[in-house]
Amino acid sequence: MKIAVLIKRVPDTASVFAINPDQKSVATDKLKFVMSPYDEHAVEEAIKLKEANGADVVVVSLGPDSAKEVMRTALAMGADEGLLVTGAGTDSLTSKGVAEALAAAVKSIGAELVFAGKQAVDDDASQVAERVAELLEMAHASVVTKFELNGGTAVVNREIEGGSYTLELPLPAVITIEKGINTPRYPTLPNIMKAKKKPIAEKSLADLGLSAEALAPGVVLESLSLPRQNRRNHIIDGDTPARVNELIRLLKEEEKAL
Amino acid sequence: MEKRLAPAPETYEQVTDLFDLDADWSSEQQAIAGRVRKMVDEHFLPIIGQHHNDETYPESILPRIRELGLLELVADDAIDPITYGLISRELDRGGSTLRSLVSVQGSLVMGAIKMFGSEAQKQQWLGPLGRLEQFGCFGLTEPDYGSNPAGMQTRAERTADGYRITGSKCWITNGVRASVAVIWAKLDGQVRGFLVETDRPGFEARHMHGKWSFRASETASLYLDGVEVPETALLPGATSLGRALQCLGQARYTIAWGACGAARGCLEETVKYLKERTQFEGKPLASHQIIQYKLAWMAAEITAMELIAKRLGELKAQGRMKPHHVALAKMNNCRKALEVARTCRELLGANGIHNEYHIGRRMVDLETVVTYEGTEHIHALTLGSTITGIKAFS
Repeated sequence: MKIAVLIKRVPDTASVFAINPDQKSVATDKLKFVMSPYDEHAVEEAIKLKEANGADVVVVSLGPDSAKEVMRTALAMGADEGLLVTGAGTDSLTSKGVAEALAAAVKSIGAELVFAGKQAVDDDASQVAERVAELLEMAHASVVTKFELNGGTAVVNREIEGGSYTLELPLPAVITIEKGINTPRYPTLPNIMKAKKKPIAEKSLADLGLSAEALAPGVVLESLSLPRQNRRNHIIDGDTPARVNELIRLLKEEEKAL
Repeated sequence: MEKRLAPAPETYEQVTDLFDLDADWSSEQQAIAGRVRKMVDEHFLPIIGQHHNDETYPESILPRIRELGLLELVADDAIDPITYGLISRELDRGGSTLRSLVSVQGSLVMGAIKMFGSEAQKQQWLGPLGRLEQFGCFGLTEPDYGSNPAGMQTRAERTADGYRITGSKCWITNGVRASVAVIWAKLDGQVRGFLVETDRPGFEARHMHGKWSFRASETASLYLDGVEVPETALLPGATSLGRALQCLGQARYTIAWGACGAARGCLEETVKYLKERTQFEGKPLASHQIIQYKLAWMAAEITAMELIAKRLGELKAQGRMKPHHVALAKMNNCRKALEVARTCRELLGANGIHNEYHIGRRMVDLETVVTYEGTEHIHALTLGSTITGIKAFS
């Protein structure tokens, strides 16, 4: 059985973010990149399944050449090979285009089961994997916290507010993974070395029979901005009556709350 | 004015990798260094202060080293010199005792078996040593022969079916928990290496207490009182003192890198402290000129140390590493690391002598590192003879 895991290279959320002067892109020179944390759980789930039932695990990503670094992490965890969709036209796609490219990639490797993190922590769009399922006409379940395989049927638990669904899906299927499902393993140092020798294939949009024009986004990015700090701290000095008077003055004059 | 979120704390690159050297390493090398660093931050730094204080061994780190498969890399030759160097640097950033534990097992014991052992010896020992199921130790230094190992008194004599070894060794890291000891002894006047199981009758390892430095490392004295070993205990390739020194060359390589880590650790902790602690009208200590002057010099020294370690790694990878290269790197980097640690200790004021901070421990441990595996002076003499062509020692 072939399992595809869709993974994304994203900025480490502990990085310091800055917006480029064009206000339309993030300055990447000082960012540290990692595998999107939900995807780590997806990779772990695929490797567990491989260990239990035997399977070929292929990690699939779309991005620049540097996306291979996070693919190597997945290979060091135990995935067998990688497929990177890269090159002209891949850097300006929105979720729709990414999903079409990844769907073509998944189709090209003939995966029966597709895992992905429930969302990527950079744009939080939460839609690529579901779009892939629709494009490939596969069953899908999202935000899954428990996964079992029963022959040709997947049995999953899906988190909902205050409870969970248990769903059965026929394969082929796309499953997006929530954090609590497992604990992603840390690759051992020998496995990090071995991952260097595992293959990562590269395909362009053209290789997948797609064109950049056809995948062009239907939405336009207007501008990006950093979050503002909403809470201000202001400590008022002096004795109690003076502090009360100052507080009332601030609330009236500065904050116009009274 | 619009307020932005406070910036995240600076990364260590800004403090200790000003020349962006780490960016040169392959993504695997960076990933491995990162994994070791994380292990040190999460599992070693939180516990080591207490162990140093109590003179106890940090047992809980052993499963973590096993989990990383760190010594397995060494066992199956899957490691290149730079990767081994980066691992040593990151371990030593936690503590020189941690790096020593790995250097002794990996470079001295497994190194001796790999370089000089028979196929049967490699089969028997490299696996268990690599998985840290067994410990090994390396017995060269003797109570009366430290810098002059050629004078060693330990003797081996032939018996009907092997050898009988008598003598004593001291300052033996991992000696207490070793199941096998690489023992260097004179056989017919020639230095040879033997693999001695430590449960053989007549073998005793005594824990040496009372060290000011390396308190979290188990150091032993070994006593061999007519220990009988079979013919197969002889390391076939270990035919001279030069072979023992070859093992030390490997270990000194890891020390040259380790010293960079110890110095990095000190500077990182000091910069953090100086930015947080305020004196004189609420200004952080880091804002004062005299302090920045010292920080600048330390950053420059660490950069120089790293460049030396990097070059040494390149020479080793190309098979061109000579004893005087190792001597220069070990001599320079250990001394500079100690100077950085002492300066950092001073900059922390009274807090610098308290075990709430790691700097005092790093500083006293570096006193060991300057001395062991060839003292600074011995390395200077090796270099002196290379530079002048005149040996100032016999």
